[in-house]
Amino acid sequence: MSQDIKNTTYFSEMKARVSGFERFRRVFFGRKIVVFGLVIIVILVITAIFAPLIAPYDPYEQDLKQPLAQPNRNHLLGTDSLGRDTLSRVIFGARISLLVGITAIALAGTVGTALGLIAGYFGGATYAIIMRAMDALMAIPMLALVLVIASMLGGGLKNVVIALSVGAVAMYARMMCGQVLAVRENDYVFASRAMGANNLQIMLRHLLPNCFPPLIVVMTMQMGVMILAEAGLSFLGVGIEPPVAAWGAMVTDGYRFLLTNPILSFAPGLAIMLVVFAYNMVGDGLRDAIDPRLRGTL
Amino acid sequence: MTSYIIRRLIQAVIVIVLISLFVFLLMRLLPGDPLMLFIATNELTQISEEQYQALLVKFGMDKPVPLQYLTWMAGLFRGDLGRSLFFDENVSSILAERLPVTAHLSILALIIAIVLGVTAGVICALRRGGFIDTLVTSIANFGISIPIFWLGVLLIYFFGLYLRWLPIQGYTSPFEDLVLSTRQLIMPVFCMAVTAMASKARLTRSSILEVVRQDYIRTAWAKGLRERVIVIRHVLKNGMIPVITMIGMQVSHIFGGSVLIETVYNIPGMGRLMVSSVFSQDFVVVQGCSLLFAFIVVMVNLLVDISYGWLDPRIRYG
Repeated sequence: MSQDIKNTTYFSEMKARVSGFERFRRVFFGRKIVVFGLVIIVILVITAIFAPLIAPYDPYEQDLKQPLAQPNRNHLLGTDSLGRDTLSRVIFGARISLLVGITAIALAGTVGTALGLIAGYFGGATYAIIMRAMDALMAIPMLALVLVIASMLGGGLKNVVIALSVGAVAMYARMMCGQVLAVRENDYVFASRAMGANNLQIMLRHLLPNCFPPLIVVMTMQMGVMILAEAGLSFLGVGIEPPVAAWGAMVTDGYRFLLTNPILSFAPGLAIMLVVFAYNMVGDGLRDAIDPRLRGTL
Repeated sequence: MTSYIIRRLIQAVIVIVLISLFVFLLMRLLPGDPLMLFIATNELTQISEEQYQALLVKFGMDKPVPLQYLTWMAGLFRGDLGRSLFFDENVSSILAERLPVTAHLSILALIIAIVLGVTAGVICALRRGGFIDTLVTSIANFGISIPIFWLGVLLIYFFGLYLRWLPIQGYTSPFEDLVLSTRQLIMPVFCMAVTAMASKARLTRSSILEVVRQDYIRTAWAKGLRERVIVIRHVLKNGMIPVITMIGMQVSHIFGGSVLIETVYNIPGMGRLMVSSVFSQDFVVVQGCSLLFAFIVVMVNLLVDISYGWLDPRIRYG
């Protein structure tokens, strides 16, 4: 029993001594799988930035003399039906993947956060209108919604990003709104209002920073969702237009040659899976480090 | 309780109206003249101005947009979703043909996802840190990360083309040929279930781990209850609540997956109908499909919310 008490005091002392950042560092880097995910993301970023230096060939250069080459010394992953080097195309695909993920999340995150902030802060009719609209948006299966919007806008990188962010916006609005509802009753919000702060000041200076941490977790996890959705769109043929090297479209291209050249579909799909896996693991790590209470809901 | 159900019902109706408005407006923003598609598919190139006007009237596109919406809405209550431009057939009868196929796949996928996912999650949580936990958790982590259309392609390659165990595409009604139907369904249903299964396992695991730490579980051990009783009566009952709340979301995901998987396996369900209609710009069908998908999701969410109180008497409907 005394042992227990000793332990408790020890832990509470340690908690007091360890700073917030230190705790974050320990929890986040404490799990090997999270570090592994982080390493993959770092590799992805480096690959995306230095793609022209890393790739052995130009991803768009066609070599019609050797289409559908099996993996060999010159072409480690073989070539596609137009004789383009598969490895180079997978490497360049990292750029699209990263770009789509970041821009879609930034767009959806900004708009969704703003909507959630407004809905949660003002409450009443504003809340009802915004949140019911978000419910409506969330009820339509995301891939179906994104497919319709992307095809309506006409495909291409920009339109895919817009479509994806419409598909993701409701999630942020809902999350943010819930956070705001919990935070806005705090004393510091009342104090600030008593000192004459206006609505905008309260929202930006007090509510936003206090509600944001869990949103970072959601954003990281949603990176994976965005990449999967983009790949799905490209697979269906409404995503990034050829000849741009996008992983989803490469899976589709390779599908026709599944029997003879399975690597054409396997390689880009594996790349998608690894990257999404990495985002999910880092998201898990961030969740445990920032706000463990979110476990069970995210 | 009754007032809660009524309020929740009104809310669901509002959401459905908003969805219909949203879907309708989205379709009207489509660039191009959808009637041109009808003209092209029916080889009516020599169409006169009068005939064109008659077609406008036939599809109700001569009226202003708000009136078109109201007409469409009025039709919804009679089960009339408008007329397809491409098939020149009522959308409701097309959907009546396609919905059972998607429902068949989705329900199977959902059942598999829930049963296997929850079981895996519970086992992992109870044997936390053990070999099975590590293995299953890793598989689940990959399960939520895998692009399902790619998984579909992989399965076709290994089980369809390489091992030749399963047919690689198509759908047969179970009432026609149960064996063939089942063989054709194995791969697509697995693909549709895999993400939901993995996320269920993850969710169940963390939810159960949370419950196991609670005081009442320690009390139960202290009382000397057997493990089986504690797990079934205390841990599962409390740990299942967040798992159940997510069902609505998972139905939505599975429907989203049907868009991809029905395309991969060439299954004539709503998902593939939606893709082909998007390509043929048959907006009346796309409208109907999205609305039906969303309607089912809203209904499932409604049921889940109402069943809450029954599952967890601590929840008071305020």
